[in-house]
Amino acid sequence: MSPRVRALAGFGITAVLLFAVAPLLLGDFRLGLLAKYLCFAIVAVGIGLAWGRGGMLALGQGVFFGLGGYAMAMHLKLADAGPGNLPDFMTLYGQLDALPWWWVPFQNPIFALLATVLLPMTVALLLGLLIFRRRVRGAYFAILSQALAAAFAILLIGQQGTTGGTNGLTDIRGFFGYDLNDPVNRRMIYFIVAVALLAMLGITWQLMRSRYGELLVAVRDGEERVRFLGYDPANVKLVAYVVAAGMAGLAGALFVPAVGIISPALIGVVPSIEFVIGVAVGGRASLAGPALGAIAVAWAKTALSERVPSAWTYFEGLLFVLPIVFLPGGIASLVSLVRRRRAAAPPPAVDQRPPLVREGAA
Amino acid sequence: MSLIVSQLFSGVSIGAVLLLIALGLALTFGQMNVINMAHGEFIMAGAYTVYVLQQSISSAGASLLIALPVSFAVAGLMGILLEVLLIRRLYARPLDTLLVTWGVSLILQQAARDIFGAPNVQTRAPELLTGSVRITEDIVIASSRLFILGLALAAVAALTIVLKTTSLGRRIRAVVQNRDLAAVSGLATGRVDRLTFFIGSGLAGIAGVALTLIGPIGPAMGTNIIVNAFLVVVVGGIGQLKGTVIVAFVLGILQSMVEYTTTVSVASVIVFVAIVAFLQWRPQGLFTLRTRSLA
Repeated sequence: MSPRVRALAGFGITAVLLFAVAPLLLGDFRLGLLAKYLCFAIVAVGIGLAWGRGGMLALGQGVFFGLGGYAMAMHLKLADAGPGNLPDFMTLYGQLDALPWWWVPFQNPIFALLATVLLPMTVALLLGLLIFRRRVRGAYFAILSQALAAAFAILLIGQQGTTGGTNGLTDIRGFFGYDLNDPVNRRMIYFIVAVALLAMLGITWQLMRSRYGELLVAVRDGEERVRFLGYDPANVKLVAYVVAAGMAGLAGALFVPAVGIISPALIGVVPSIEFVIGVAVGGRASLAGPALGAIAVAWAKTALSERVPSAWTYFEGLLFVLPIVFLPGGIASLVSLVRRRRAAAPPPAVDQRPPLVREGAA
Repeated sequence: MSLIVSQLFSGVSIGAVLLLIALGLALTFGQMNVINMAHGEFIMAGAYTVYVLQQSISSAGASLLIALPVSFAVAGLMGILLEVLLIRRLYARPLDTLLVTWGVSLILQQAARDIFGAPNVQTRAPELLTGSVRITEDIVIASSRLFILGLALAAVAALTIVLKTTSLGRRIRAVVQNRDLAAVSGLATGRVDRLTFFIGSGLAGIAGVALTLIGPIGPAMGTNIIVNAFLVVVVGGIGQLKGTVIVAFVLGILQSMVEYTTTVSVASVIVFVAIVAFLQWRPQGLFTLRTRSLA
């Protein structure tokens, strides 16, 4: 099978699983949970691109997830409150007479929808320009992205009157006129999330197999060499980082109607680094690995914490340790290992190279 | 005027805590390019050591004095264990080390929760350190803060002496400057790494003892404080201690001043922006080792 046929087959199977099998097998509650996991999977696809392919360990994706989520939640809160009214929490905590100026544009649904993706992308663009142009990379980049997540969460918590503080924006009831208490509408949200995930996988697949994708891997494995060849590695990295941020923003925006809440606890340092674990387990440099890993880890979290809460933390710790130490390519590398062994007799075709997982010489 | 001075001192005391924490990080990061996310949990281990010691030693002063070397040893041994079991396998993959040590930190936190309980525990501070020192009419400084400042400066001095005068220090500096050359010159770099990790993690234990004087001891105490310490290392530059020392105090003072003029939450963002701006000027940090390598 050519890679193209194989990819199409993969997309087809995924679509059948997401659109037919899961809705048939799962009840409303479990399907809602799956919608939440798929949101995390969208973030993971972006991290897979930035980290697995680009070598940028983004530990602050929660910021972009949060920007998308808050943009969506602000609009939905305003829509819930009705024109001219303040969202419920503002009258509760703060003595606000009027809407803060930066809430006003979110009354417009088009603006809010665009902002869920464009706002995170803009922040990532600005930060990326400043960081990548000055060749800040490796662990330095990871630390800075983590510090951004810490600062963002502290900022949100501190501005309780206008952001809802620690509680975040909760109790979201409507989604562009649809009542979110109605199970039918919640199913609709699930389908929207599934479509979004497939679309993001498609975009990432296209990016990975393009000339740009080759360049991104080249930057990861030897940034200086790429520079000597006449490319600007900063721009190459910037594209992957901004795309990943956009995906995280989209995921955050979909998370809000799917779960009904967005709060600092979902976007700070700890959740941000938790986004990465599924990517590492599934296989950071592959296409499907990050998404599957994220879903599996999120499912394991629900299943385990329902039974023994403290066991989950140990298990999560081991998830960070064992796969990364012993199976750096993640579960996806097992697949290509088997494939390579089977194809040992004929020489492997060019596109069957196993994904390289190797840090650059940074 | 006195207001500025007291804010200045509050900044210096934030800086002293940051310095104590960042010192060990700078050492291990500088030498092995390893970001140890479990550093915060070594701090926690140092703090709980004080708590455990106070169960059997009634005098708060004596327990604190005994806790200093004991915490150093406890945290240092945990560091060696971490190095031998995990980090050594990952030297070629520094970013992966970051995630693996994060996993270790999760496990240690949960272990602390299971052993000591989830709520914070209290320790007793020696009477000498519970009061405050009046410097002028309006400027009053808590003596615990003064003690921490002294402890941080003593740690810097001790580390400097070790690095500059002992043969271990010479070996550490050689590995930091050029690992391959040190190895071909016959240095057992692996053993140097382990000793560096012992010292660096031990310093986290000392920081843990200091933190018992100014705050509660709990399983999450490490995570809350570690991000800023990483920033100190990044901005200070690696391979030399003076960058860490200067940046710790500057960052502490900056934070205290901005917090005073705005709010805590806005200050964290302003400090972040200031750091990104600073890296435009010095992307490798304040001081760096001059090498001929690219990067």
